[in-house]
Amino acid sequence: MAIKLKIDRQDVEVPEGTTVLDAAAEAGVHIPTLCHVPKVTSPGSCRVCLVEIEGARTLQPACVTPVTEGMIVRTHSKRARQGRQMSVELLLANHPWDCNACVRNGQCELQTLAQTMGITDVRFPYTREEVPVDTSTAAVVRDMNKCILCRRCVAVCQDVQGVGSLAPRARGFDTVIGAGAGENLCDAVCVQCGQCAAICPVGAIYEQDAIEDVWRALDDPEKHVVVQTAPAIRAALGECFGLEPGTCVTGKMVAALRRLGFAKVFDTNFTADLTIIEEGHELLTRLKTALVDKGEVSLPMFTSCSPGWINFMEYFYPGLLPNLSSCKSPQQMFGALAKTYYAEKEGIDPKNIVVVSVMPCTAKKFEADREEMVDSGFKDVDYVLTTRELGRMIQEAGIDFMKLPDEEQDSPMGMSTGAADIFANTGGVMEAALRTVYEVVTGRELPMEKLHVAPIQGLDGLKEVALTFEKCQPDWSFLEGVTAKVAVAHGLSNARKVCDMVADGEGGYHFVEVMCCPGGCIGGGGQPRMTTDEVRQSRIKAIYTEDEGRTMRKSHENPAVTQIYAEFLGEPLGHKSHELLHTHYHAKEPV
Amino acid sequence: MAKPRAYVMVSVDADTVVIGAREVKTRLAAEIGTCGLGEEIRVLETGSFGPSDAGIVAAVMPEGLVYGNLTPERIPQLVEEHFVKGRPVSAWLLAGEHILPDPETTDSRGQQYFGRIVLDNCGRIDPDSIEEYIANDGYFALGKALTEMTPEAVVEEVKDSGLRGRGGAGFPTGLKWSFCASEKADMKYVICNADEGEPGTFKDRLIMEGDPHKVIEGMALCGYALGATQGYVYIRGEYKLSIERIRNAIEAARENGLLGKDIMGSGFDFDIAVKIGAGAYVCGEETALIESMEGKRGLPRVKPPFPAKAGFRGKPTNVNNVETLANIPFIIRNGAAQFHGIGDPGTPGTKVYTVLGHINRAGLIEVPTSVTLRDVLEDYAGGMRSGSFKMAQLGGTAGDLLDASMLDVPLNYDSLAKNGHSLGSGAILFMNETIKVCDFLHACMKFFAHESCGNCNPCRNGMAALLELTARLKKGEGYPGDIALMEELVMGMQSIAFCPLGQSPAAPVLSAVRYFRDELHAGINVDAVRPRPEHTMRHLMKLAS
Ligand SMILES: Cc1cc2nc3c(=O)[nH]c(=O)nc-3n(C[C@H](O)[C@H](O)[C@H](O)COP(=O)(O)O)c2cc1C
Ligand code: SF4
Ligand code: SF4
Ligand code: SF4
Ligand code: SF4
Ligand code: FES
Ligand code: FES
Repeated sequence: MAIKLKIDRQDVEVPEGTTVLDAAAEAGVHIPTLCHVPKVTSPGSCRVCLVEIEGARTLQPACVTPVTEGMIVRTHSKRARQGRQMSVELLLANHPWDCNACVRNGQCELQTLAQTMGITDVRFPYTREEVPVDTSTAAVVRDMNKCILCRRCVAVCQDVQGVGSLAPRARGFDTVIGAGAGENLCDAVCVQCGQCAAICPVGAIYEQDAIEDVWRALDDPEKHVVVQTAPAIRAALGECFGLEPGTCVTGKMVAALRRLGFAKVFDTNFTADLTIIEEGHELLTRLKTALVDKGEVSLPMFTSCSPGWINFMEYFYPGLLPNLSSCKSPQQMFGALAKTYYAEKEGIDPKNIVVVSVMPCTAKKFEADREEMVDSGFKDVDYVLTTRELGRMIQEAGIDFMKLPDEEQDSPMGMSTGAADIFANTGGVMEAALRTVYEVVTGRELPMEKLHVAPIQGLDGLKEVALTFEKCQPDWSFLEGVTAKVAVAHGLSNARKVCDMVADGEGGYHFVEVMCCPGGCIGGGGQPRMTTDEVRQSRIKAIYTEDEGRTMRKSHENPAVTQIYAEFLGEPLGHKSHELLHTHYHAKEPV
Repeated sequence: MAKPRAYVMVSVDADTVVIGAREVKTRLAAEIGTCGLGEEIRVLETGSFGPSDAGIVAAVMPEGLVYGNLTPERIPQLVEEHFVKGRPVSAWLLAGEHILPDPETTDSRGQQYFGRIVLDNCGRIDPDSIEEYIANDGYFALGKALTEMTPEAVVEEVKDSGLRGRGGAGFPTGLKWSFCASEKADMKYVICNADEGEPGTFKDRLIMEGDPHKVIEGMALCGYALGATQGYVYIRGEYKLSIERIRNAIEAARENGLLGKDIMGSGFDFDIAVKIGAGAYVCGEETALIESMEGKRGLPRVKPPFPAKAGFRGKPTNVNNVETLANIPFIIRNGAAQFHGIGDPGTPGTKVYTVLGHINRAGLIEVPTSVTLRDVLEDYAGGMRSGSFKMAQLGGTAGDLLDASMLDVPLNYDSLAKNGHSLGSGAILFMNETIKVCDFLHACMKFFAHESCGNCNPCRNGMAALLELTARLKKGEGYPGDIALMEELVMGMQSIAFCPLGQSPAAPVLSAVRYFRDELHAGINVDAVRPRPEHTMRHLMKLAS
């Protein structure tokens, strides 16, 4: 049913159930918000979106107030403006005035609010007590002195990620966002995904910064510093420089990295292709064991390229760990190969090689620090930067990003296919795997339009598709007529649903792709803020366009991959692969 | 068993329990037994007698004599003298005025008192005895409603009575009921709000302790009127005795077929359970109360939807205060017209207060809504105990401060509203000149700052600011402009806070400024200069350019 109302003297007609906020947006009126994040949380508690509604005794929060027939809304009457100003002034009153030395300086929602509301004085006293900054995890820093208690982080951790490590503690003015049973995130079951950092409107949660470490390595003449960039970076980095979400900046990104001083600009995409070969074979081997040898094997197999997801499994579903592919994530495969294969090939002492990754999520920082990730004989990946950090480094170096030429990655570890690109988004790893597995098994290309597996594309939390193998190659005749059922989940609360199904023996899946972050890595916790569903869609579109623009779109077509098997690894799942490209998992004690 | 010739009613409420009322009662019963009078004289517990400064009190019925300041040690002598020898111990007797005035008495302005509505049984019957409640017209109203009235007629009767909610806001009860009654749902709930978190307010507690069945009957009537089948009494955890007595009453009502399935053969099913409150002040706010009942953190909900549409477990729910519900049996039994004839026509009926402060007799009173603050002070509270009247706070910490100019305003919503005040929840605190307004305000703000749930920004940060602002005034270190800032802040909070708690400081602060501006002004250091957050300023200028 349509509802008619008046907003600032304009007639507006919107469907029933629309909020005043959205109705105002229809009418071209932007009402400021803070605690409200569409589809995530609307506690109605910050009171910066207040409007005057005729007949209401108090000002009403636009974000949670549904429109009613004949409602008369004034969004910038004196009363509304004063009310909102007071809300923001009160937030500022108990906020440390550190802007000039704050990670969020210039990109802070609180600053923006203060500025747009014309606040020029804060008259209320600052009465807060300083608390220590929480640097207890590899992923994020929590500076609760800057927390404005909007609870966006609580909602994302609890409702989107289904982890629930953050919760408000104490009451009233003493309220703080606690972690698990304590103050510090290391006291909580935290999967290190960084979604809390991505959603925080102010400088209260941010990534553990590795910029200084990276500069130090770059400044050290002894070191040969190579960099890899995850598939999802190219579709988001441009946002750090004011480009529209969904602008692919691969060439400029490569150029910028070269100008920053990296000796080689490689690509995580290379090991993404390699992952498909290893993981594809692992899947086929598991299927063979199950179907031909009738042996004990854990199915479905889960993808393992998302470290936040691995943490989640280790904490919450240790019983399903055997279902995880033993493949390392592409980041870690890259590190292990850079300090072995590449070092050998180039004749560089691996102890002088520094591997830097640029990743969309903070969990990768944690992953690089895992003690088993030293198969090259060294720490495989030395430093991990998020997209946001790389953006800051480029800015700091004074590089005019927009003026950069498009450049190409170095070979051999910079070569990749379209299948690797789509590792960036939900459904992509599965699609890449199907492109290869189907072709290996049947000798024919995946029979789908533009090689896209439509049912597993898009932002639905849980997607599935079935694929029947027909006219198989002789080696794979045991799959003749077999229908493989696969599922795709993103965001850990959706992952939880799949895990529960699998644990209960339901679903009948053979292969399941899980990405920790909503939308996949393009929505990672280290990506430029704010990642909304619209932004996710745009980034995904950019990634698919990148994929479609390639001549090579299947991992097994990557000549550098063929080359590395020939020169170094031998065969998929071979001895060397096992040593360098695969890992094992351990159940974690919930703290 | 022979019919007893006398009853000794010991007032056992949560205040006297702690000073040994139960021991006195046990000792009395034992001593009377020892003297072989156990058959003739029954010892009972009852609720509060009303304002008293007399420690543990007991009334001997039917004589109507009241002893005060009882201790277990005094019992043997009392029993020996009064019951064995038949000679009341006059030294321990309290003067008649300590018991509530009877209907014949008139107040200082020559106005006649009337019978009590809510407290009629308090201190007169054994709250644990359903028989005594029934003997005093108890459950008559429920029977009448179930046999003679449609649910709609009950709602209409309550509407016509003009009863307004006694939980603080004064919302017309009949109107509120009609919202919930008109909802269609497979399940509806009736909640009795017995959270009573206002400091210094304990009228609901004394009602539940003194006459629990009245609350139960009121709830059942409400349930019938609204088409609800389940009721809950949400009682704060500290109210141990209330919980005990309400539970006993529910049990007894069930045993007597007054709760449960097919009550009095009418086909009406209704049952009641007790929920123990989480303890925070804000849990008394009806949506926070519902959240807390659902096992969540007791934070207020976003409204709409209002509880009448989607309350407890998403079903239509009606929340009423204890006292509101305790008025219902009278209205149904005696009709709306009789109720409407009592007190002020805008707020018909009576109001129950706890009176406290520098007065001679503190405690529970029930007065018609036409009496003034002066009547309460002089006729009920026995005047100031020391010093002279400086101010009173009406309605708990969230209430208005009144000075002597308001002594003759009748205590009802309309008369007070005309003077820019409100009635609040039912506490009156009388203060003499020893109380400094700055100190008092600071204490109020401490309470609010402590009780702010911290959920919404304006209340969380606003209370902290008020605490600091009043602390400065108290120390004589206020900055010029602080009073205006405080006014602006509380008025702002009134229109921007999430729930009424954040709106509450306005009442004490604005009334204090109104009546005691000069005194507050003395808390300001005229030479002080408020520091401006200059670094913020500079940065904003940079951003703006
Ligand atoms: C902070 C706060 C505390 C409250 N505490 C109580 C309380 O303790 N008891 C009560 O009956 N109503 C309390 N109320 C009012 C309730 O929200 C509600 O209006 C009342 O229970 C309705 O009952 P009535 O219509 O019978 O007055 C409180 C309201 C607020 C905002
Ligand atoms: S979080 Fe925002 S307002 Fe706070 S110090 Fe940082 S930039 Fe300034
Ligand atoms: S990093 Fe992820 S799991 Fe950890 S607290 Fe933040 S949102 Fe929760
Ligand atoms: S840490 Fe950030 S997101 Fe979390 S409550 Fe505080 S300000 Fe909000
Ligand atoms: S006004 Fe106060 S009590 Fe009410 S929601 Fe806000 S913080 Fe909580
Ligand atoms: S954005 Fe509406 S209350 Fe916070
Ligand atoms: S899994 Fe979080 S960014 Fe990839």
